[in-house]
Amino acid sequence: MNPMQAPSQPPSPDTKVNMGLSNLDMPMAEESKPNADAASKLGATDLNFFYGSFQALHSISMKVYANRVTAFIGPSGCGKSTFLRTLNRMNETVRHSRVEGEILLDGENIFRLEVSEVRRRVGMVFQRSNPFPKSIFENVAYGPRINGFVSRASLRDRVEQSLRRAALWDEVKDKLHESAYSLSGGQQQRLCIARALAVDPEVLLLDEPCSALDPIATAKIEDLIFQLKDSCTIVIVTHNMQQAARVADFTGFFLLGKLVEFDSTTVIFKNPAKKETEDYVTGRFG
Amino acid sequence: MRHFVEELEQLKTKLLEMSSLVEAAIQRSILAVTQKDRGAAQEVFKNEARINTIELEIDEFAINLLALQQPMAADLRLIVAALKINTDLERMGDLSVSIAERAMSLMEEPVIKPMIDIPHIAGLVQSMVRKALDAFVMRDSDLARSVLASDDAVDSLRTACYHELVSFMERDPQNIKPALDLLAVTRNLERLADHSTNIAEDVLFLVKGIDVRHHAEARQ
Repeated sequence: MNPMQAPSQPPSPDTKVNMGLSNLDMPMAEESKPNADAASKLGATDLNFFYGSFQALHSISMKVYANRVTAFIGPSGCGKSTFLRTLNRMNETVRHSRVEGEILLDGENIFRLEVSEVRRRVGMVFQRSNPFPKSIFENVAYGPRINGFVSRASLRDRVEQSLRRAALWDEVKDKLHESAYSLSGGQQQRLCIARALAVDPEVLLLDEPCSALDPIATAKIEDLIFQLKDSCTIVIVTHNMQQAARVADFTGFFLLGKLVEFDSTTVIFKNPAKKETEDYVTGRFG
Repeated sequence: MRHFVEELEQLKTKLLEMSSLVEAAIQRSILAVTQKDRGAAQEVFKNEARINTIELEIDEFAINLLALQQPMAADLRLIVAALKINTDLERMGDLSVSIAERAMSLMEEPVIKPMIDIPHIAGLVQSMVRKALDAFVMRDSDLARSVLASDDAVDSLRTACYHELVSFMERDPQNIKPALDLLAVTRNLERLADHSTNIAEDVLFLVKGIDVRHHAEARQ
Protein backbone atom coordinates (compact mmCIF):
# COMPACT_ATOMS: atom_id res chain seq x y z
CA MET A 1 0.00 0.00 0.00
CA ASN A 2 1.20 3.47 -0.75
CA PRO A 3 1.96 4.96 2.66
CA MET A 4 0.39 8.26 1.71
CA GLN A 5 -2.84 6.69 0.52
CA ALA A 6 -5.91 7.34 2.61
CA PRO A 7 -7.25 4.23 4.34
CA SER A 8 -10.33 2.90 2.57
CA GLN A 9 -12.03 1.90 5.81
CA PRO A 10 -10.66 3.86 8.72
CA PRO A 11 -10.52 1.75 11.88
CA SER A 12 -10.00 3.12 15.37
CA PRO A 13 -6.63 4.57 16.50
CA ASP A 14 -6.10 1.45 18.60
CA THR A 15 -6.14 -0.83 15.59
CA LYS A 16 -2.98 -2.91 15.50
CA VAL A 17 -1.22 -2.61 12.20
CA ASN A 18 2.06 -4.21 11.36
CA MET A 19 4.24 -1.25 10.74
CA GLY A 20 7.91 -1.08 10.91
CA LEU A 21 10.91 -2.96 9.71
CA SER A 22 12.09 -6.37 10.58
CA ASN A 23 15.60 -5.07 10.18
CA LEU A 24 16.94 -1.62 10.85
CA ASP A 25 19.08 -1.76 7.72
CA MET A 26 16.03 -2.02 5.51
CA PRO A 27 14.58 1.06 3.81
CA MET A 28 11.44 2.38 5.51
CA ALA A 29 9.56 4.26 2.81
CA GLU A 30 7.33 1.44 1.63
CA GLU A 31 6.11 0.55 5.11
CA SER A 32 2.45 0.81 5.83
CA LYS A 33 1.35 3.20 8.56
CA PRO A 34 -1.35 2.94 11.18
CA ASN A 35 -4.76 3.92 9.97
CA ALA A 36 -6.75 6.41 11.94
CA ASP A 37 -10.25 7.78 11.89
CA ALA A 38 -8.74 11.17 11.16
CA ALA A 39 -7.47 12.92 8.07
CA SER A 40 -3.77 13.27 7.38
CA LYS A 41 -2.58 16.80 8.21
CA LEU A 42 1.11 16.38 7.51
CA GLY A 43 2.73 13.59 5.57
CA ALA A 44 6.41 12.88 5.04
CA THR A 45 7.51 10.70 2.16
CA ASP A 46 10.99 9.28 1.83
CA LEU A 47 12.48 12.10 3.85
CA ASN A 48 16.26 12.18 4.17
CA PHE A 49 18.13 14.88 6.03
CA PHE A 50 21.84 15.60 6.05
CA TYR A 51 24.03 17.76 8.28
CA GLY A 52 26.91 18.15 5.82
CA SER A 53 27.91 14.60 4.93
CA PHE A 54 26.20 13.12 8.00
CA GLN A 55 22.81 11.63 7.25
CA ALA A 56 20.59 12.34 10.27
CA LEU A 57 17.31 11.03 8.86
CA HIS A 58 16.87 7.97 6.68
CA SER A 59 13.87 7.68 4.41
CA ILE A 60 11.18 8.68 6.89
CA SER A 61 7.64 8.14 5.68
CA MET A 62 4.74 8.78 8.00
CA LYS A 63 1.54 10.73 8.51
CA VAL A 64 0.58 13.16 11.23
CA TYR A 65 -3.18 13.00 11.74
CA ALA A 66 -5.33 16.10 12.08
CA ASN A 67 -6.51 17.00 15.60
CA ARG A 68 -4.49 14.22 17.12
CA VAL A 69 -1.35 14.30 19.25
CA THR A 70 1.63 12.51 17.75
CA ALA A 71 4.66 11.86 19.96
CA PHE A 72 8.19 11.02 18.86
CA ILE A 73 10.33 9.07 21.29
CA GLY A 74 13.83 7.68 21.07
CA PRO A 75 17.29 8.00 22.59
CA SER A 76 19.33 11.19 22.23
CA GLY A 77 20.64 11.67 18.72
CA CYS A 78 18.03 9.38 17.15
CA GLY A 79 16.72 12.10 14.83
CA LYS A 80 13.36 12.83 16.46
CA SER A 81 14.04 16.54 17.01
CA THR A 82 15.65 16.85 13.57
CA PHE A 83 12.53 15.37 12.05
CA LEU A 84 10.30 17.68 14.11
CA ARG A 85 12.27 20.72 12.98
CA THR A 86 12.00 19.59 9.37
CA LEU A 87 8.20 19.74 9.63
CA ASN A 88 8.26 23.55 9.63
CA ARG A 89 11.57 23.95 7.77
CA MET A 90 13.33 25.16 10.92
CA ASN A 91 16.32 23.00 10.00
CA GLU A 92 17.02 25.15 6.98
CA THR A 93 18.68 27.64 9.30
CA VAL A 94 21.44 25.06 9.92
CA ARG A 95 24.40 25.66 7.60
CA HIS A 96 25.38 22.90 5.18
CA SER A 97 22.17 21.03 5.82
CA ARG A 98 20.23 19.36 3.02
CA VAL A 99 16.84 17.73 2.80
CA GLU A 100 15.47 15.20 0.30
CA GLY A 101 11.94 13.90 -0.10
CA GLU A 102 8.71 15.70 0.50
CA ILE A 103 6.48 16.85 3.32
CA LEU A 104 2.88 17.56 2.48
CA LEU A 105 0.82 20.00 4.55
CA ASP A 106 -2.81 19.45 3.55
CA GLY A 107 -1.50 18.03 0.29
CA GLU A 108 0.91 20.88 -0.50
CA ASN A 109 4.64 20.31 -0.49
CA ILE A 110 6.02 22.61 2.23
CA PHE A 111 9.29 22.99 0.33
CA ARG A 112 7.38 24.76 -2.44
CA LEU A 113 5.58 27.16 -0.09
CA GLU A 114 6.93 30.43 1.29
CA VAL A 115 8.90 29.59 4.42
CA SER A 116 7.07 32.30 6.37
CA GLU A 117 3.73 30.74 5.43
CA VAL A 118 4.94 27.29 6.54
CA ARG A 119 6.06 28.62 9.91
CA ARG A 120 2.84 30.57 10.41
CA ARG A 121 0.78 27.46 9.70
CA VAL A 122 3.14 25.15 11.61
CA GLY A 123 4.12 26.77 14.91
CA MET A 124 6.82 25.64 17.24
CA VAL A 125 7.63 25.70 20.96
CA PHE A 126 11.08 24.77 22.18
CA GLN A 127 12.59 22.90 25.10
CA ARG A 128 13.62 26.03 26.98
CA SER A 129 11.08 28.79 27.18
CA ASN A 130 12.38 31.71 25.15
CA PRO A 131 10.15 34.75 25.63
CA PHE A 132 11.19 37.98 23.94
CA PRO A 133 12.62 40.61 26.31
CA LYS A 134 9.32 42.43 26.17
CA SER A 135 6.09 42.58 28.12
CA ILE A 136 3.75 39.61 28.36
CA PHE A 137 1.32 41.42 26.04
CA GLU A 138 3.98 42.26 23.45
CA ASN A 139 5.25 38.69 23.39
CA VAL A 140 1.85 37.43 22.31
CA ALA A 141 1.02 40.46 20.12
CA TYR A 142 4.24 40.17 18.13
CA GLY A 143 3.07 37.46 15.70
CA PRO A 144 -0.38 38.91 14.99
CA ARG A 145 1.13 42.36 14.53
CA ILE A 146 3.61 41.29 11.86
CA ASN A 147 0.77 39.34 10.26
CA GLY A 148 -1.31 42.49 9.82
CA PHE A 149 -3.36 42.82 13.01
CA VAL A 150 -3.17 46.59 13.30
CA SER A 151 -6.31 47.53 15.14
CA ARG A 152 -5.60 47.91 18.84
CA ALA A 153 -8.93 46.28 19.79
CA SER A 154 -8.51 43.25 17.58
CA LEU A 155 -4.93 42.84 18.74
CA ARG A 156 -6.04 42.94 22.36
CA ASP A 157 -8.75 40.37 21.65
CA ARG A 158 -6.25 38.12 19.93
CA VAL A 159 -3.79 38.37 22.84
CA GLU A 160 -6.51 37.55 25.37
CA GLN A 161 -7.83 34.66 23.28
CA SER A 162 -4.32 33.23 22.85
CA LEU A 163 -3.51 33.54 26.55
CA ARG A 164 -6.82 31.86 27.39
CA ARG A 165 -6.11 29.03 24.95
CA ALA A 166 -2.72 28.59 26.64
CA ALA A 167 -4.46 28.46 30.06
CA LEU A 168 -2.42 31.47 31.22
CA TRP A 169 -4.93 34.34 31.07
CA ASP A 170 -6.16 34.14 34.67
CA GLU A 171 -2.60 34.21 35.96
CA VAL A 172 -1.41 37.20 33.91
CA LYS A 173 -4.48 39.32 33.10
CA ASP A 174 -3.58 41.88 35.76
CA LYS A 175 0.04 42.24 34.73
CA LEU A 176 0.03 42.11 30.94
CA HIS A 177 2.52 44.91 30.69
CA GLU A 178 5.08 43.44 33.04
CA SER A 179 8.17 41.76 31.64
CA ALA A 180 7.72 38.21 30.43
CA TYR A 181 10.79 37.36 32.49
CA SER A 182 8.79 38.03 35.68
CA LEU A 183 6.88 34.79 35.04
CA SER A 184 7.83 31.36 36.41
CA GLY A 185 9.40 28.75 34.12
CA GLY A 186 6.08 26.97 33.59
CA GLN A 187 4.28 30.25 32.92
CA GLN A 188 6.99 31.34 30.47
CA GLN A 189 6.54 28.07 28.57
CA ARG A 190 2.76 28.59 28.40
CA LEU A 191 3.48 32.16 27.26
CA CYS A 192 5.56 30.72 24.42
CA ILE A 193 2.65 28.42 23.57
CA ALA A 194 0.30 31.43 23.64
CA ARG A 195 2.73 33.30 21.35
CA ALA A 196 2.70 30.37 18.93
CA LEU A 197 -1.11 30.13 19.10
CA ALA A 198 -1.55 33.86 18.45
CA VAL A 199 -1.08 33.39 14.69
CA ASP A 200 -3.61 30.54 14.75
CA PRO A 201 -1.34 27.75 13.52
CA GLU A 202 -2.85 24.57 12.10
CA VAL A 203 -0.05 22.44 13.56
CA LEU A 204 1.90 22.98 16.78
CA LEU A 205 5.32 21.38 17.14
CA LEU A 206 6.51 20.95 20.73
CA ASP A 207 10.18 20.06 21.23
CA GLU A 208 10.50 18.63 24.74
CA PRO A 209 8.27 21.40 26.12
CA CYS A 210 8.29 20.10 29.71
CA SER A 211 11.87 18.99 30.18
CA ALA A 212 12.74 22.06 32.27
CA LEU A 213 9.46 22.12 34.21
CA ASP A 214 8.36 20.71 37.56
CA PRO A 215 5.54 18.11 37.73
CA ILE A 216 2.82 20.71 38.38
CA ALA A 217 3.85 22.90 35.45
CA THR A 218 4.21 19.73 33.35
CA ALA A 219 0.66 18.66 34.24
CA LYS A 220 -0.63 22.08 33.16
CA ILE A 221 1.10 21.81 29.78
CA GLU A 222 -0.26 18.28 29.34
CA ASP A 223 -3.81 19.45 30.15
CA LEU A 224 -3.27 22.21 27.64
CA ILE A 225 -2.19 19.73 24.96
CA PHE A 226 -5.47 17.84 25.51
CA GLN A 227 -7.49 21.03 25.13
CA LEU A 228 -5.57 22.29 22.11
CA LYS A 229 -5.99 19.21 19.99
CA ASP A 230 -9.60 20.15 19.33
CA SER A 231 -8.38 23.13 17.32
CA CYS A 232 -4.86 22.12 16.38
CA THR A 233 -2.75 19.17 15.29
CA ILE A 234 0.05 18.55 17.78
CA VAL A 235 3.43 16.88 17.38
CA ILE A 236 5.56 16.50 20.49
CA VAL A 237 9.11 15.26 20.99
CA THR A 238 9.68 13.97 24.49
CA HIS A 239 12.30 12.09 26.46
CA ASN A 240 9.65 11.26 29.01
CA MET A 241 7.94 8.08 27.86
CA GLN A 242 5.21 8.37 30.46
CA GLN A 243 4.42 11.78 29.00
CA ALA A 244 4.13 10.31 25.50
CA ALA A 245 1.91 7.57 26.92
CA ARG A 246 -0.28 10.12 28.70
CA VAL A 247 -0.78 12.71 25.98
CA ALA A 248 -0.27 11.13 22.57
CA ASP A 249 -2.74 9.32 20.32
CA PHE A 250 0.08 8.07 18.10
CA THR A 251 3.72 7.45 18.88
CA GLY A 252 6.73 7.02 16.63
CA PHE A 253 9.93 5.42 17.87
CA PHE A 254 13.13 6.72 16.26
CA LEU A 255 16.51 5.04 16.40
CA LEU A 256 19.68 5.96 14.52
CA GLY A 257 17.81 8.33 12.22
CA LYS A 258 15.15 5.80 11.28
CA LEU A 259 11.51 5.55 12.20
CA VAL A 260 11.53 2.03 13.62
CA GLU A 261 7.87 1.85 14.50
CA PHE A 262 4.86 4.12 14.30
CA ASP A 263 1.50 3.09 15.69
CA SER A 264 -1.22 4.02 18.13
CA THR A 265 0.28 4.92 21.52
CA THR A 266 -1.53 1.99 23.12
CA VAL A 267 0.17 -0.48 20.81
CA ILE A 268 3.61 1.09 21.25
CA PHE A 269 3.45 0.91 25.04
CA LYS A 270 1.42 -2.28 25.44
CA ASN A 271 2.51 -4.56 22.66
CA PRO A 272 5.03 -3.05 20.24
CA ALA A 273 5.77 -5.02 17.08
CA LYS A 274 9.52 -4.37 16.99
CA LYS A 275 12.08 -5.69 19.42
CA GLU A 276 13.96 -2.37 19.32
CA THR A 277 10.80 -0.54 20.44
CA GLU A 278 10.14 -3.13 23.14
CA ASP A 279 13.71 -2.78 24.44
CA TYR A 280 13.43 1.01 24.52
CA VAL A 281 10.05 1.32 26.20
CA THR A 282 10.92 -1.30 28.82
CA GLY A 283 14.21 0.46 29.57
CA ARG A 284 16.39 -2.39 28.31
CA PHE A 285 17.86 -0.32 25.52
CA GLY A 286 21.57 -0.64 25.02
CA MET B 1 16.87 -1.37 35.71
CA ARG B 2 18.66 -4.46 37.03
CA HIS B 3 16.77 -4.05 40.28
CA PHE B 4 13.45 -4.00 38.40
CA VAL B 5 14.37 -7.14 36.45
CA GLU B 6 15.21 -8.88 39.73
CA GLU B 7 11.88 -7.80 41.18
CA LEU B 8 10.04 -9.19 38.15
CA GLU B 9 11.87 -12.48 38.74
CA GLN B 10 10.76 -12.42 42.39
CA LEU B 11 7.17 -11.88 41.25
CA LYS B 12 7.44 -14.90 38.93
CA THR B 13 8.98 -17.02 41.71
CA LYS B 14 6.15 -16.15 44.10
CA LEU B 15 3.58 -17.00 41.46
CA LEU B 16 5.31 -20.34 40.86
CA GLU B 17 5.20 -21.09 44.58
CA MET B 18 1.48 -20.28 44.54
CA SER B 19 1.00 -22.50 41.45
CA SER B 20 2.70 -25.49 43.01
CA LEU B 21 0.67 -25.16 46.24
CA VAL B 22 -2.58 -24.92 44.28
CA GLU B 23 -1.68 -27.77 41.98
CA ALA B 24 -0.90 -29.95 45.02
CA ALA B 25 -4.22 -28.93 46.62
CA ILE B 26 -6.13 -29.95 43.50
CA GLN B 27 -4.31 -33.27 43.32
CA ARG B 28 -4.99 -34.04 47.01
CA SER B 29 -8.65 -33.05 46.82
CA ILE B 30 -9.10 -35.44 43.88
CA LEU B 31 -7.33 -38.21 45.80
CA ALA B 32 -9.65 -37.53 48.73
CA VAL B 33 -12.68 -38.11 46.47
CA THR B 34 -11.43 -41.00 44.36
CA GLN B 35 -9.36 -42.88 46.98
CA LYS B 36 -11.33 -41.80 50.07
CA ASP B 37 -8.02 -40.44 51.38
CA ARG B 38 -8.88 -38.57 54.57
CA GLY B 39 -5.26 -37.46 55.11
CA ALA B 40 -5.15 -35.86 51.64
CA ALA B 41 -8.30 -33.87 52.45
CA GLN B 42 -6.77 -32.70 55.74
CA GLU B 43 -3.66 -31.50 53.88
CA VAL B 44 -5.86 -29.42 51.56
CA PHE B 45 -7.54 -27.72 54.52
CA LYS B 46 -4.18 -27.11 56.18
CA ASN B 47 -2.57 -25.45 53.14
CA GLU B 48 -5.42 -23.10 52.31
CA ALA B 49 -4.19 -20.40 54.68
CA ARG B 50 -0.76 -20.40 53.01
CA ILE B 51 -2.35 -19.96 49.58
CA ASN B 52 -4.41 -17.04 50.86
CA THR B 53 -1.33 -15.41 52.36
CA ILE B 54 0.67 -15.70 49.13
CA GLU B 55 -2.27 -14.26 47.18
CA LEU B 56 -2.07 -11.12 49.30
CA GLU B 57 1.72 -10.97 48.98
CA ILE B 58 1.62 -11.29 45.19
CA ASP B 59 -1.05 -8.60 44.87
CA GLU B 60 0.90 -6.18 47.03
CA PHE B 61 4.15 -6.93 45.22
CA ALA B 62 2.57 -6.46 41.77
CA ILE B 63 0.76 -3.25 42.73
CA ASN B 64 4.00 -1.82 44.13
CA LEU B 65 5.78 -2.63 40.87
CA LEU B 66 3.02 -0.89 38.88
CA ALA B 67 3.17 2.16 41.11
CA LEU B 68 6.93 2.49 41.40
CA GLN B 69 8.33 1.21 38.11
CA GLN B 70 5.67 2.29 35.59
CA PRO B 71 6.29 -0.81 33.49
CA MET B 72 5.70 -0.87 29.75
CA ALA B 73 5.06 -3.46 27.04
CA ALA B 74 6.08 -7.04 28.02
CA ASP B 75 6.81 -5.99 31.63
CA LEU B 76 3.37 -4.40 31.93
CA ARG B 77 1.72 -7.48 30.44
CA LEU B 78 3.61 -9.76 32.85
CA ILE B 79 2.46 -7.84 35.91
CA VAL B 80 -1.15 -7.57 34.73
CA ALA B 81 -1.18 -11.29 33.84
CA ALA B 82 0.38 -12.15 37.22
CA LEU B 83 -2.37 -10.25 39.06
CA LYS B 84 -5.09 -12.06 37.13
CA ILE B 85 -3.48 -15.50 37.38
CA ASN B 86 -3.03 -14.91 41.10
CA THR B 87 -6.78 -14.38 41.53
CA ASP B 88 -7.56 -17.51 39.50
CA LEU B 89 -5.10 -19.60 41.52
CA GLU B 90 -6.59 -18.49 44.82
CA ARG B 91 -10.08 -19.41 43.59
CA MET B 92 -8.71 -22.79 42.49
CA GLY B 93 -7.38 -23.27 46.02
CA ASP B 94 -10.88 -22.55 47.39
CA LEU B 95 -12.43 -25.00 44.94
CA SER B 96 -9.98 -27.69 46.11
CA VAL B 97 -11.16 -27.07 49.64
CA SER B 98 -14.78 -27.45 48.52
CA ILE B 99 -13.96 -30.72 46.76
CA ALA B 100 -12.12 -32.01 49.85
CA GLU B 101 -15.13 -31.11 52.04
CA ARG B 102 -17.43 -33.07 49.73
CA ALA B 103 -14.93 -35.94 49.82
CA MET B 104 -15.12 -36.02 53.63
CA SER B 105 -18.92 -36.06 53.41
CA LEU B 106 -18.87 -38.84 50.78
CA MET B 107 -16.70 -40.98 53.06
CA GLU B 108 -19.64 -41.14 55.50
CA GLU B 109 -22.15 -42.16 52.84
CA PRO B 110 -22.97 -45.33 50.89
CA VAL B 111 -21.36 -45.73 47.47
CA ILE B 112 -24.09 -45.21 44.86
CA LYS B 113 -22.03 -45.83 41.74
CA PRO B 114 -18.53 -46.90 40.78
CA MET B 115 -16.06 -43.99 40.37
CA ILE B 116 -15.51 -43.88 36.61
CA ASP B 117 -16.55 -40.48 35.26
CA ILE B 118 -15.19 -38.36 38.11
CA PRO B 119 -11.61 -39.72 37.82
CA HIS B 120 -11.91 -39.17 34.07
CA ILE B 121 -12.96 -35.50 34.48
CA ALA B 122 -10.37 -35.05 37.24
CA GLY B 123 -7.63 -36.38 34.94
CA LEU B 124 -8.64 -33.92 32.20
CA VAL B 125 -8.79 -31.03 34.66
CA GLN B 126 -5.39 -31.83 36.17
CA SER B 127 -3.90 -31.96 32.68
CA MET B 128 -5.44 -28.54 31.87
CA VAL B 129 -4.08 -27.04 35.10
CA ARG B 130 -0.62 -28.50 34.44
CA LYS B 131 -0.56 -27.25 30.83
CA ALA B 132 -1.82 -23.76 31.74
CA LEU B 133 0.87 -23.37 34.41
CA ASP B 134 3.58 -24.84 32.16
CA ALA B 135 2.47 -22.45 29.41
CA PHE B 136 2.97 -19.57 31.86
CA VAL B 137 6.41 -20.78 32.96
CA MET B 138 7.61 -21.46 29.41
CA ARG B 139 5.64 -18.60 27.82
CA ASP B 140 4.31 -21.16 25.36
CA SER B 141 1.32 -19.78 23.46
CA ASP B 142 0.65 -23.09 21.62
CA LEU B 143 0.39 -24.95 24.91
CA ALA B 144 -1.95 -22.21 26.22
CA ARG B 145 -4.19 -22.62 23.17
CA SER B 146 -4.33 -26.38 23.74
CA VAL B 147 -5.84 -25.68 27.20
CA LEU B 148 -8.61 -23.59 25.64
CA ALA B 149 -9.43 -26.50 23.34
CA SER B 150 -9.88 -28.92 26.29
CA ASP B 151 -12.53 -26.92 28.12
CA ASP B 152 -15.44 -28.15 25.99
CA ALA B 153 -14.60 -31.81 26.73
CA VAL B 154 -14.80 -31.14 30.48
CA ASP B 155 -18.11 -29.30 30.06
CA SER B 156 -19.66 -32.22 28.13
CA LEU B 157 -18.48 -34.81 30.66
CA ARG B 158 -19.87 -32.73 33.49
CA THR B 159 -23.25 -32.46 31.74
CA ALA B 160 -23.32 -36.27 31.22
CA CYS B 161 -22.51 -36.75 34.93
CA TYR B 162 -25.29 -34.37 35.90
CA HIS B 163 -27.93 -36.34 33.97
CA GLU B 164 -26.69 -39.62 35.39
CA LEU B 165 -26.71 -38.35 39.00
CA VAL B 166 -30.20 -36.86 38.60
CA SER B 167 -31.45 -40.26 37.43
CA PHE B 168 -29.87 -41.85 40.55
CA MET B 169 -31.68 -39.37 42.76
CA GLU B 170 -35.01 -40.01 40.99
CA ARG B 171 -34.57 -43.74 41.52
CA ASP B 172 -34.03 -43.68 45.29
CA PRO B 173 -34.23 -40.78 47.75
CA GLN B 174 -31.45 -42.46 49.75
CA ASN B 175 -29.16 -41.50 46.87
CA ILE B 176 -29.92 -37.79 47.10
CA LYS B 177 -27.23 -36.75 49.57
CA PRO B 178 -24.30 -38.68 48.02
CA ALA B 179 -25.49 -37.69 44.53
CA LEU B 180 -25.58 -34.01 45.54
CA ASP B 181 -22.05 -34.34 46.91
CA LEU B 182 -20.87 -35.91 43.66
CA LEU B 183 -22.67 -33.21 41.66
CA ALA B 184 -20.85 -30.57 43.70
CA VAL B 185 -17.54 -32.33 43.00
CA THR B 186 -18.16 -32.36 39.23
CA ARG B 187 -19.29 -28.74 39.33
CA ASN B 188 -16.11 -27.73 41.18
CA LEU B 189 -13.94 -29.73 38.78
CA GLU B 190 -15.59 -27.93 35.88
CA ARG B 191 -14.88 -24.61 37.57
CA LEU B 192 -11.23 -25.61 37.98
CA ALA B 193 -11.16 -26.18 34.22
CA ASP B 194 -12.68 -22.71 33.69
CA HIS B 195 -9.96 -21.12 35.84
CA SER B 196 -7.29 -23.03 33.91
CA THR B 197 -8.81 -21.59 30.75
CA ASN B 198 -8.58 -18.10 32.26
CA ILE B 199 -4.90 -18.67 33.05
CA ALA B 200 -4.26 -19.89 29.49
CA GLU B 201 -5.97 -16.74 28.17
CA ASP B 202 -3.76 -14.61 30.42
CA VAL B 203 -0.70 -16.46 29.08
CA LEU B 204 -1.75 -15.59 25.51
CA PHE B 205 -2.08 -11.95 26.57
CA LEU B 206 1.33 -12.11 28.21
CA VAL B 207 3.12 -13.77 25.30
CA LYS B 208 1.28 -12.38 22.29
CA GLY B 209 -0.42 -9.28 23.65
CA ILE B 210 -3.79 -10.56 22.38
CA ASP B 211 -7.11 -10.84 24.15
CA VAL B 212 -8.90 -14.10 23.30
CA ARG B 213 -11.55 -13.92 26.03
CA HIS B 214 -15.21 -14.10 25.05
CA HIS B 215 -14.21 -14.76 21.43
CA ALA B 216 -12.61 -11.28 21.27
CA GLU B 217 -10.07 -12.62 18.79
CA ALA B 218 -12.78 -13.73 16.34
CA ARG B 219 -14.57 -10.39 16.68
CA GLN B 220 -11.39 -8.53 15.76
